[in-house]
Amino acid sequence: MIEYLRNWFWTYIWKPLPDMPFGDWMESFVRWARDAWSIFFDGTETFLESVYTGLTETLLFLPSGLMVLVFAAIAWAAKGWKLAATVGVGMFIAAWTPYWNETMETFSMVLVAAFFATALAIPLGILAAENRTVSTVMRPVLDFMQTLPGFVYLLPVVMFYGIGVVPGMIATIVFCMPPGVRLTELGLRQVDREVVEAGQAFGASPAAILARIKLPLALPTIMAGLNQVIMLALSMVVIAGLVGGGGLGSVIVSALGRVEMAQGFNAGLAVVILAIFLDRVMQGLADRTPVARAAELAR
Amino acid sequence: MPAIAVDSLYKVFGKGAKNAVAQLKRGVPRADLAAKNVTAAVIDHNWSIEPGETFVVMGLSGSGKSTLIRMLNGLIKPTAGTIRIGDVELGSLSSRELRRLRREKISMVFQHFALLPHRTVVENVAFGLEIKGVDKTERLERAREAVELAGLAGHEYKLPAQLSGGMKQRVGLARALAADTEILLMDEAFSALDPLIRQEMQDQLLDLQSKLGKTIVFITHDLNEAMRIGDRIAICDGEVKQLGTAEEILMHPADDYVAEFTADVDRSRVLTAEAVMEPCGTQDTSALRRIEPDVPVNELYQPVLDSKAPLLVVDDNADPLGVVTPRSIIKSLAFEPETAADGEEERQPA
Ligand SMILES: Nc1ncnc2c1ncn2[C@@H]1O[C@H](COP(=O)(O)OP(=O)(O)OP(=O)(O)O)[C@@H](O)[C@H]1O
Ligand SMILES: [Mg+2]
Repeated sequence: MIEYLRNWFWTYIWKPLPDMPFGDWMESFVRWARDAWSIFFDGTETFLESVYTGLTETLLFLPSGLMVLVFAAIAWAAKGWKLAATVGVGMFIAAWTPYWNETMETFSMVLVAAFFATALAIPLGILAAENRTVSTVMRPVLDFMQTLPGFVYLLPVVMFYGIGVVPGMIATIVFCMPPGVRLTELGLRQVDREVVEAGQAFGASPAAILARIKLPLALPTIMAGLNQVIMLALSMVVIAGLVGGGGLGSVIVSALGRVEMAQGFNAGLAVVILAIFLDRVMQGLADRTPVARAAELAR
Repeated sequence: MPAIAVDSLYKVFGKGAKNAVAQLKRGVPRADLAAKNVTAAVIDHNWSIEPGETFVVMGLSGSGKSTLIRMLNGLIKPTAGTIRIGDVELGSLSSRELRRLRREKISMVFQHFALLPHRTVVENVAFGLEIKGVDKTERLERAREAVELAGLAGHEYKLPAQLSGGMKQRVGLARALAADTEILLMDEAFSALDPLIRQEMQDQLLDLQSKLGKTIVFITHDLNEAMRIGDRIAICDGEVKQLGTAEEILMHPADDYVAEFTADVDRSRVLTAEAVMEPCGTQDTSALRRIEPDVPVNELYQPVLDSKAPLLVVDDNADPLGVVTPRSIIKSLAFEPETAADGEEERQPA
């Protein structure tokens, strides 16, 4: 019976359909879009490219030995001497691998991508927290963005931007943004209603309430979101090695292709060290927000 | 002109609120509306408060107290009726004008303090002035004065997390005082405090009030507290069940709902010599010890026992008003409140 139905469907419904050139349509759409919005695509490309190059050159300006000290100093300022020591040793090891330049490239990509992702995520999060409709529309979109595996984002970007560092970074920005939006919204919504009411009762405008009450109180949660943004960015820029993203990603991709155990391990080690540095430093900064310090006092 | 006046004020939550108000006006009971998922929180309030008065609103949980006080500063819009602050009608203001009114005329003290945890005591207290746009040195200066007024001197640079509940509420009070508004709204401001601290705060409020003479709307569900600090008390359950002075409510509760509240009040603290005295009759009063009419009964026990004769209550001109005897005191304290609904005729003449 089922067999019969299947044959029937195949013969009378599916076969007679004309061939659907979905792929061709998409291709011509992309071509058209690239021409029509070339200012936009070229503009973003040059812009991101120059920011990235500028930052990478800055990071590589000092010899690796001195940069290790700079990283340790940042860790010291953000958290304390223990983290500074850990980071110092870690970065020293990274500098010891043959991939210091690639490590700095990857670091630079993470910073640039995370910066732009944050610049988009926080306003979106604020919008979602202030407006129910925006929130309900945005939620499924964010869910969808988060369920897609990272490398799926590479496809459309490569169609528009070709191969290189910029498409890798754009895919990264899109991929790492959702937790930033979510946690900004969550943090703002969690602010004690009575405190917001106090702001209103003293005649504060909505903008003043946002700036003086809601954002400071939500800051620890927002920082937790930024930490996730940065971690996702790191994982994604490595994947972006698949499309010629450069940095440690490219090293790992080529190591995978040729089953180069040693090369892959070196690059992987550098990624782990970067991850520890970024995570711990962000954590340290989150603990320094005024609200987090006040909460610390209460204990 | 009254400081605050409300006129047939209604607030109904839920779908078809306007319709519900019409029904309430026709006399449909509140419970019938609740069955339709419509909550009538404030029903037909008509009263006004004079400048400098302390007006207490009382009621059980869910009786619409918070809703009422939030309507007074426009945080919640009434479903029907009007609110006047001075000569301004709230409903006629744009949101901008409303914010201005709040900045200049009304401040509020919150049940759970509602302080900013990352700001020091003075910075919290200066919040209202900050919103008003007062510049930094001046507002911190004025905040320090308010902090001192609220009895928090020495704690200016602590964070809320370092303070006890009572101290936090003093910060809340200082913040409202620093804003220097005529009207002070206090929604269960002392309910989160333990009894001793609470009494201390009540004393402090009375003390401040005698100095500053603000118009205060104070919400509580504790009648003892209400009677201590209120000039007049409104007992609410959606609608106003009774509005009057502490003594009026204690001696003549309007119905069972009110009587229930008065049951556990410490009558000896609220009743005064004037309320418990008996007529002088024809006796010779010249030799009697004299007392003032507003002395609470609990301060009369010893004098009454010490002097064999009754005490003479006299007014400002030293004219006799009545006499207080042990008998009259015991009678008034043992008084079983009979509500107006029970009928006057059962009551024995005093
Ligand atoms: N935003 C709202 N939406 C729907 N119903 C509400 C809303 N706010 C209050 N209510 C209802 O209105 C009624 C009165 O609430 P309100 O908070 O004014 O009571 P209250 O007297 O302050 O009580 P409590 O002593 O517990 O603070 C309650 O039944 C409550 O459920
Ligand atoms: Mg309440």
